[in-house]
Amino acid sequence: MLNYILRRLLIALPSLLGISVILFTVLALAPGDPFEDLANNPSVPPEVRMALRAQFGLDDPIWQRYLYWLMNMLRGDWGFSFVSRVDVDKLILQRLPVTIAVIGMSQVLALLVALPVGVLAAVKPYSWFDRIASTIAFVGFSLPTFFTGVLFILFFSIYLGWFPFVYRADLTEVGWHWWWAQFKQSIMPITVLGLFQAASWMRYVRSSVLDVVRLDYVTTARSKGLSERVVINKHVVRNALIPVVTLVALQLPAVFGGAIVTEQIFRIPGIGALLIDAILRNDTPVIMAVTFVFSCLVIFFNLVADLVYGWLDPRISYR
Amino acid sequence: MQEHDLRQLIEEVREGKLPRRSFIQQMVSLGLTAPMASMLLMHEGVAQSQASIPYKPTKRGGGGTLKIIYWQAAVHLNPHYAGGTKDQDASRIFYEPLAGWDTEGNLVPQLAAEIPTRQNGGVAADGRSVTWKLKRGVTWHDGKPFTADDVVFTAAYVADPAASMVTVATYKDIKVEKVDSHTVKVTYEKPTPFWAEALVGSSGPILPKHVFEPFMGAKSRENPANTKPVGTGPYKIVDFKPGDTLRAEANTNYHVPNQPFFDALEIKGGGDATSAARAVLQTAEYDLGWNLAVEDDILKRLEAAGKGRMAFFAGSDIEFVSLNVTDPWNEVDGERASAKSRHPAFTDKAVRTAMSLLIDRNGIQEVIYGRGAIATANFLNNPPRFRSPNTTFEFNIDKAVQVLEAAGWKKGADGIRAKGSVKLKFVYQTSVSGPRQKCQAIIKDACTKAGIELELKSVVAAVFFGSDAANPDTYQKFWSDMQMFTTTMTQPDPQVFMEQFTTDQISQKANKWSSRNLVRWSNAEYDATFKASQVEFDPVKRAAMFIRMNDLVVNDGHVIPLFARPRPYGILNKLVPVLSAWDGATWALSYWYREA
Repeated sequence: MLNYILRRLLIALPSLLGISVILFTVLALAPGDPFEDLANNPSVPPEVRMALRAQFGLDDPIWQRYLYWLMNMLRGDWGFSFVSRVDVDKLILQRLPVTIAVIGMSQVLALLVALPVGVLAAVKPYSWFDRIASTIAFVGFSLPTFFTGVLFILFFSIYLGWFPFVYRADLTEVGWHWWWAQFKQSIMPITVLGLFQAASWMRYVRSSVLDVVRLDYVTTARSKGLSERVVINKHVVRNALIPVVTLVALQLPAVFGGAIVTEQIFRIPGIGALLIDAILRNDTPVIMAVTFVFSCLVIFFNLVADLVYGWLDPRISYR
Repeated sequence: MQEHDLRQLIEEVREGKLPRRSFIQQMVSLGLTAPMASMLLMHEGVAQSQASIPYKPTKRGGGGTLKIIYWQAAVHLNPHYAGGTKDQDASRIFYEPLAGWDTEGNLVPQLAAEIPTRQNGGVAADGRSVTWKLKRGVTWHDGKPFTADDVVFTAAYVADPAASMVTVATYKDIKVEKVDSHTVKVTYEKPTPFWAEALVGSSGPILPKHVFEPFMGAKSRENPANTKPVGTGPYKIVDFKPGDTLRAEANTNYHVPNQPFFDALEIKGGGDATSAARAVLQTAEYDLGWNLAVEDDILKRLEAAGKGRMAFFAGSDIEFVSLNVTDPWNEVDGERASAKSRHPAFTDKAVRTAMSLLIDRNGIQEVIYGRGAIATANFLNNPPRFRSPNTTFEFNIDKAVQVLEAAGWKKGADGIRAKGSVKLKFVYQTSVSGPRQKCQAIIKDACTKAGIELELKSVVAAVFFGSDAANPDTYQKFWSDMQMFTTTMTQPDPQVFMEQFTTDQISQKANKWSSRNLVRWSNAEYDATFKASQVEFDPVKRAAMFIRMNDLVVNDGHVIPLFARPRPYGILNKLVPVLSAWDGATWALSYWYREA
């Protein structure tokens, strides 16, 4: 087992290196300039821009810049944003809590909805409940979040006036007022993201449970006279969840990556918003850091998913 | 307009026949800036009555929280690093210059005790130096006193080339000396008629020496004050998240009595302009929305909610079309759009005239921009008595056809006019933006009717306005026949602005397309006038020169101005903000209040 983990981690290293090379090259080849603002401002002499480019190493050849970046990264120096000149790790840490709170909560919500609905729908397939749930799920994942998000804003913020649609990262309220304000501003993005995710997960849960529920051991369990509740909870769901767990584990890096579109709509200062701003302004160090951490997490959670799989299903062994 | 006419106008202001305000408006329409017009009057001894900003509240604080929404977010709070307006505005909350510009172009003292003039001895007769008296009793947010040392230090800090400050151009050639603890003398290399640039407005916020001195030059990036400012402004920093939110609280030691009115301040950045407009005008979540460049129809619908109003501040941002002087399709000496080549069709003045006639400025304004644009055929539009007879403002397809026919451009079998082997078929590029694409389509339609075919091209703004020398689609390369964008004249003196049409500034391969004459227009008289204006000390003569330069560019037809673009702000009903087209949105934040 330990051997397996070690081997997987060792394999991960070259893939991460490969990923970073590709990312860096693509970014370096992409058009744009982090000092665009300065270029458009006639009172800033072009020499300032040239000096900044030279100072930040933008005029060096790509391979040199990459090696420089890699060396610094190995020493734990993430560099600083070209645009704000603030250290990249600081920028990311600043946005992590909000991202985890909103995206994490939406994933929890998705699970809370998808699991029971999916199981219930599968237990009585083609019942009215199943049909309605499936229809809603289809509608749910056919509607993109940028559409439902704006719809929610129009209905709940503008028509009803219940919730604010501009997310404020540091609320000034204290005590339970803070919780109330936090709830009011997070409920829309969490619901939009959560329901979208729940819709597809619900379909997975349903089909996975359907596969298991027809197996012989389930019939055996029933014929032993076990109550339906025990049969479903202990025998069916537990086994049906194995593929679902993998799916959820693979989805977890997204909690870090944020939700670019939804964050933009609700003005949530999450990592997704940071990334898209950085991309629009060619802020290479920030883009590199965010995407690199993201790929690390993807690789890591892939490993976690494989391990959890083995733990859930003893038939699988690691050599 | 000649020097003589200018002098006569100034005389009229002096005698009180012409209101100061209309004089300044006239100068603006002639292509000058309001600050420059106001400096003209000051120089001629027509002193401004001490500009004062109305302010009602009778005590400090009690106003609650002021919430402002930007659809771009500030990323740091060092005013001399500030690349964009959002950063400048955000830093301006905490730092103040010696004086700021109000929307009529008057200088309003902030950290200065008074505005230097010839009369009070502040401005030297030879125009080489200006002496500023500083306000006494001002303290920094950390309690230390503000003195002349801070002003001297700021100039030295910014001028250090190793720090790469964006305002370096303003400071690198001047000398700032301390006279006494509250007086500084600014000395210029040569007589400088427009002296109110250094230490004034957006390029002038004063930094505290004791906080910034350890971080001079290349170390400037490491200064914690870049995100935790220590200034003299009406609000003190509480928390700043780069790219998102800024929170501040009232500075209870602010140097103006009874200010600020608000107890706290919050600025939220990010998102898009339309939803920012919504957050102010429709849901009233925010008190003020910055630069709500949204289609007027939508704004009107949002305003119908009755919670807020739009206000437009006319500065001198101009949307214009350039007709390439050079040939963008054929290489000369290995370079497209080389300054040595000539555009096959646009060399003919008739074609340029026709193009101008084919742009329905009024129609575009009505249909697309509404209050967000003021149609103008050129800078020389208002008032009517100054309208040049050679530069009419007209949309007339028939006339355009006549002009083309007379010049020998005949319609071919395909409906496109041609002369010899040259066809009137142009590529017309601009940045991706809803209104701009609609505007392109309207112009294309009119051109098609007159037998000119336009191929429309839109480039993502980040690329179009980017300065990547390797990209063929930047506006600096201008590898197409026509292009359209807005140019802003943020600096109060037009010298820098007018430099963009000089021969020296022609954008080309040799300078990596980093210079500013994108249309590659060249005119000997213009160059000579520009050179003369650089050393002309008499501001009236200098103003006449700028007006002449404007005439030269506009009359030649390679540059076709379309609209002046006023700055749109969304304001909640009871809020009384003080905004200016010539200075940052937060330049007079301490004067803002809410009516009861």
